Amino acid sequence: MYRALRLEPEKCTGCLQCEMACSYENEGVFVPAKSRIKVFTFHHEGRFAPYTCTQCDEAWCMHACPVEAIVLDEATGAKLVHEETCVGCKVCTIACPFGTVNYNRDSGKVVKCDLCGGDPWCAKACPTGAITFVEEDAAGMDRMRAWAQQGIVGLASGAKTNAPRDKGETLPTYLEA
Amino acid sequence: MAWARKLLRVNLTDGTVSSEPLNMAWADQYLGQRGLASKYLVEEIDPRCDALGSDNKLIMATGPLTGTMASTGGRYSVITKSPLTGTIACSNSGGFIGAELKAAGWDMIIFEGRSPKPVYLYVENDQAQLLPANDLWGQSVWETDRLLHSKHQDPALRIACVGRAAEQGALICGVINDLHRAAGRSGVGTVMASKHLKAVAVRGTKGVGNLKDPIRFLKETEYRKRVLQQNAVTGQGLPTYGTQVLMNVINEMGALPTRNMREVKFEGAGNISGEAMHENRPGDGRPNLTTNAACFGCTIACGRISTVDQGHFSVKNKPKYWGSSGGLEYEAAWALGTDTGVDDLDAITYVNFLCNEDGLDPISFGATVAAAMELFKDGVITTEQTGGIDLQFGGAQALVTMAELTCRGEGFGRDLGLGSRKLCEKYGRPELSMTVKGQEFPAYDPRGIQGMGLTYATSNRGACHLRSYTVASEVLGIPVKTDPLVTEGKAELVKAFQDATAAVDSSGLCVFTTFGWSMEDIAPQIDAACEGDWSVDKLLEVGERVWNLERDFNLRAGLSAADDTLPKRLLTEPANTGPAQGRVADLGKMLPEYYQLRGWTADGELTQDTRTRLGL
Repeated sequence: MYRALRLEPEKCTGCLQCEMACSYENEGVFVPAKSRIKVFTFHHEGRFAPYTCTQCDEAWCMHACPVEAIVLDEATGAKLVHEETCVGCKVCTIACPFGTVNYNRDSGKVVKCDLCGGDPWCAKACPTGAITFVEEDAAGMDRMRAWAQQGIVGLASGAKTNAPRDKGETLPTYLEA
Repeated sequence: MAWARKLLRVNLTDGTVSSEPLNMAWADQYLGQRGLASKYLVEEIDPRCDALGSDNKLIMATGPLTGTMASTGGRYSVITKSPLTGTIACSNSGGFIGAELKAAGWDMIIFEGRSPKPVYLYVENDQAQLLPANDLWGQSVWETDRLLHSKHQDPALRIACVGRAAEQGALICGVINDLHRAAGRSGVGTVMASKHLKAVAVRGTKGVGNLKDPIRFLKETEYRKRVLQQNAVTGQGLPTYGTQVLMNVINEMGALPTRNMREVKFEGAGNISGEAMHENRPGDGRPNLTTNAACFGCTIACGRISTVDQGHFSVKNKPKYWGSSGGLEYEAAWALGTDTGVDDLDAITYVNFLCNEDGLDPISFGATVAAAMELFKDGVITTEQTGGIDLQFGGAQALVTMAELTCRGEGFGRDLGLGSRKLCEKYGRPELSMTVKGQEFPAYDPRGIQGMGLTYATSNRGACHLRSYTVASEVLGIPVKTDPLVTEGKAELVKAFQDATAAVDSSGLCVFTTFGWSMEDIAPQIDAACEGDWSVDKLLEVGERVWNLERDFNLRAGLSAADDTLPKRLLTEPANTGPAQGRVADLGKMLPEYYQLRGWTADGELTQDTRTRLGL
């Protein structure tokens, strides 16, 4: 079974360790600007959100590529950019609905997350567990459990829901008065 | 390599920029950031120059580990001569701009001269240019940040700038980066504004590479991240409560300076503590704290992101302040709250927002308001001076109004912008200024934590907790517990902390790591990244060299042993309650021993032997 990156923004502190791990593994330098995973800061809301390629089964980037430079890694399920084949036309960057394929000015090719061959550095580098690499059909289980606990168990017991490291304190919208 | 090996020199008078190689012989002696930039400053300016004149220079410097994956490796410092103290100043900040500057390929920027018109520096990798800032002058930090992001259409741009208070000449201004991180102390922002330099905007996409031994570096740093994670302070206390974990602890010790340091315990401490920031407010049912947040590369994440209750008097009908922003850290909560006697968490959070928005050092600002409150209490100043404001200790509304005035440089805010020493001198009561060398105290009473008395008296930038945080040992037991009420052994402790801290401040790492890391943890990380042999001994020698270099600058600037002292109140008025009741700060018992350990004369001058030994 393939594994997938699970991203939990509520655990992210915005430290960018993931971006440095990614850029170092892929480019040999520490530089957030060249990371394939991005952490977005929403200052007004006080929130941080890591974001990267989800490795769609029906990968639009792969379908859109006119030279078949984006290929499936059978071992990991990742969609890989074959650098020698890529002509830098950027059609894939248009096709991707999530914006997770991007052009690298220095190489003249596109870059995207390749799951580091099945051992993603971003997940290893994340100090808070906001990025984990899990069985892909169980990626939502922990979150489901947390919501179940918060919505049902937590409310019933009157427990506080604003623990410092657990930032999922806002109630599901259907529970708000 | 870790160093970019390149510095950017900006002549503001001529409007020119140039690149020059980093002096690597100096880097081997002074490492980077605080140490190396101090060396450049000392070599390039006359210590007796006017801090706000065109002869002073201002340096923004990174360390060799800035921009790397080492935990907390994102620090940068602003080094200049201080207009507040007349000493060398070095203010350290986190956030993201330090790493961005390094990723652009620069170790430091040296600003010299003074621009005839307001300008800002725009750096994009190798390219740097001075651009007009007429539209930015007169704007707050927050507005400047917004305008520059909008102008350059680059959300990833990192910005450091000064606010309106610095433009108006307030002497207690810092340089704010990334909206709410601050190189806060000693008036470094005032120097920047005096040069008509409004902002520095940086975009770096080159990155940091070419480490001496990259595989070893990754292993050493990875292991040390786990050390931080497993440490009670850096793994739990700081992420959960931030530095505000200390408010109740220090209060219990009877070492929490209260109402301009007249008392040592604050009855309202619990209301403005780290714990209180987690509690749901009665007004909107939400806690003050939105989340903790990290600076670049930091796996501790002590930063506070907070909100003010929208119904609170301070922000009513001011939607600009309804969102989350940089919240209270311990020193700010103490200065704005405890020292002024204000225990209204919303009010001091709002004032902290204002300090970020317009670049005031919240420690110096709060302590100056506290001094003004004592002047008011004694009838030295009245509502005539304050513009009708009833400036009593504990007045939240008065504090808020004073902050708004000081940010804009209006009314009595102009007096407060002078800082505590000049304010108290102006009104003929210099003894009410709780300062050393003109810089306001932070949040530890030296009557209850004796080592901090020596720390404050000997700090090269005036009263400061970050030059030798003996609180770690005297309160928290790191690395070993010492009795806070005892003076024996404190001279040695202070010297050891001063030297180690100077080395850490020169590396690109955050001094907060030292709650969990010893120098034995730090040295291997530097050694794996940097050319040369970076042992613990070498780092401590670098630290000692930096300390003596700063001291020598101050002596040549006209300071002397007579300035290594504390306000009379702390030396003669005993603590009124708590474990330290009846005690004063016993500075006299520690200072001679300290001079001796430093290799200085009884007058606090460097001996020739010390100079020779350290290569000064």
